[in-house]
Amino acid sequence: MSILIYAETQNGSFSKSAFELASYARALANEMDTSVTAVAVKPTDPKAIELYGVNKVLQVNNPSLTTFNAKSYAEVISQAAQASNSSVVLLSTSADSKFLAPLLAIKLKASYASNVVALPMSLDPFVVKRTVFTNKAYGMTELSGDRRLISLSKNAFGLVEQAVSAEVEVFEPSISESTQSVTGVDKASDKVTIADAEVVVSAGRGLKGPENWGMIETLAEVLGAATACSKPVSDMGWRSHGEHVGQTGKPVAANLYIAIGISGAIQHLAGINSSKVKVVINTDPEAPFFKAADYGVVGDAFEVVPALIEKLKVFKSQNS
Amino acid sequence: MKILVCISHVPDTTSKINFKDNDTQFDTNGVQFIINPNDEFGLTRAMWFKEQQSATVDVITVGDVSVEPTLRKALAIGADKAFRVDMNPKDGFEVAKQLATIAQEEAYDLIIAGRESIDYNGGMVPGMLAELIGANFVNNCIKLTVEDNQISAEREIDGGKEILSTSFPLVIGGQKGLVEESDLRIPNMRGIMMARQKPLEVKEAIQTEVKTTTNKFEKPAPKGAITMVDKDNLDELIKLLHNEAKVI
Repeated sequence: MSILIYAETQNGSFSKSAFELASYARALANEMDTSVTAVAVKPTDPKAIELYGVNKVLQVNNPSLTTFNAKSYAEVISQAAQASNSSVVLLSTSADSKFLAPLLAIKLKASYASNVVALPMSLDPFVVKRTVFTNKAYGMTELSGDRRLISLSKNAFGLVEQAVSAEVEVFEPSISESTQSVTGVDKASDKVTIADAEVVVSAGRGLKGPENWGMIETLAEVLGAATACSKPVSDMGWRSHGEHVGQTGKPVAANLYIAIGISGAIQHLAGINSSKVKVVINTDPEAPFFKAADYGVVGDAFEVVPALIEKLKVFKSQNS
Repeated sequence: MKILVCISHVPDTTSKINFKDNDTQFDTNGVQFIINPNDEFGLTRAMWFKEQQSATVDVITVGDVSVEPTLRKALAIGADKAFRVDMNPKDGFEVAKQLATIAQEEAYDLIIAGRESIDYNGGMVPGMLAELIGANFVNNCIKLTVEDNQISAEREIDGGKEILSTSFPLVIGGQKGLVEESDLRIPNMRGIMMARQKPLEVKEAIQTEVKTTTNKFEKPAPKGAITMVDKDNLDELIKLLHNEAKVI
């Protein structure tokens, strides 16, 4: 018996979410008195994940897995779950993992809960807490059956080191032919993505036009942050859809979310609810965002943001 | 091209969420229901297939009689026929099983669902449906074109997009980008009148096993008081974020 995690890699290195999943799995394994197995596609340093309590790494090297294919990856994880006799399988909430999760649930005949935010509240019955109504509430979901699939919300558990010595085994799953393939990828490699970012700098209509985003980009750069925007900004085409944060856009679960010139519509606030610390900068002291934030500055973005950039540059030079 | 659009009947995005009966059930009192936004982008894209490529468009939802106004709205927007599977589903798996039964009976080329519903956010129905019926699947789909059976789809990935070549039968988990917000249609009077004449078939639910149950809810703890910082004292903000919040 084991707990299986699908440990995602980017260019061969484990992503932060893989370490977070491992941390969660280790804590759960301690409660269930079992071990943790990770399945990973072409990790360059498979043992790197042992720091977070993984006992065994199933290393998959099939050449056909070079580009992501949800169906093939679900087959790999499904076979790894069988091979490791895992009763609990854990995934992250990256776009790729959310894509393959429902396919995997059917293959494994598993019960599946997504957007889980904490360790199970009880093991028998097996009950997890997950976000519902786009972060406006939590639901306690009981998963039945003898195989359970859980996707863990980003930043919900954090990283917990508990070093063990991991055994690495080359795993060779059989992968069926697919009638679907990736023909192109369009991805800015030098930019922090909203999914990975610890800090997100987001701006709204208060910026008056797309030409004024330079200072937002600069602030994001100083903080090593991803940029995001409100729904009206994406609807008007000032910024791409990929940056839209909120109920019909992306959720943001960052450590720090800085909202500039965003009034704070209920749909937007729902989307950022899982972020830990929220800072709002707005000219209107009555903006609803001030009721949902931790720190607030009333002021014109065109004055506050450039001043903040200068002060942060000084701070960074003294603290690095 | 034969298309099915899966519609979820969800609370309006501006709804305040409350629970009743000792926090065991969502309180629908005073809540306006709408077509799930992710599904509405897909429905509009289906209308373009109908108008430009002579597709037929059916819509389906799983729910009791209270969801019928949402299906009628989809018919008023231009769908040809509606199915309602008569049950109150417990989870996404149950919905996917019901949809799979109809999808197999009707043999659709393309099934368009939203990437997730904005109520329970399971994000599992389209993928489970695809796997159950052995169809291809593209999640977070932001563009879809079909020309001479050449199907090209774009998927939003973390930090960009991916272009895929795929084939029918195909299920997509759609979202904004399939069409724009400004392309969404409000039913006109003629559409509403015509929708009354269109078929709305009620299907009996099949028996499925129950995989998950959610019968306890809670709301997030109320937010603590905000700390205001003067715009001329931004050093204070940086100090707070560094020493107190420890996020920079």
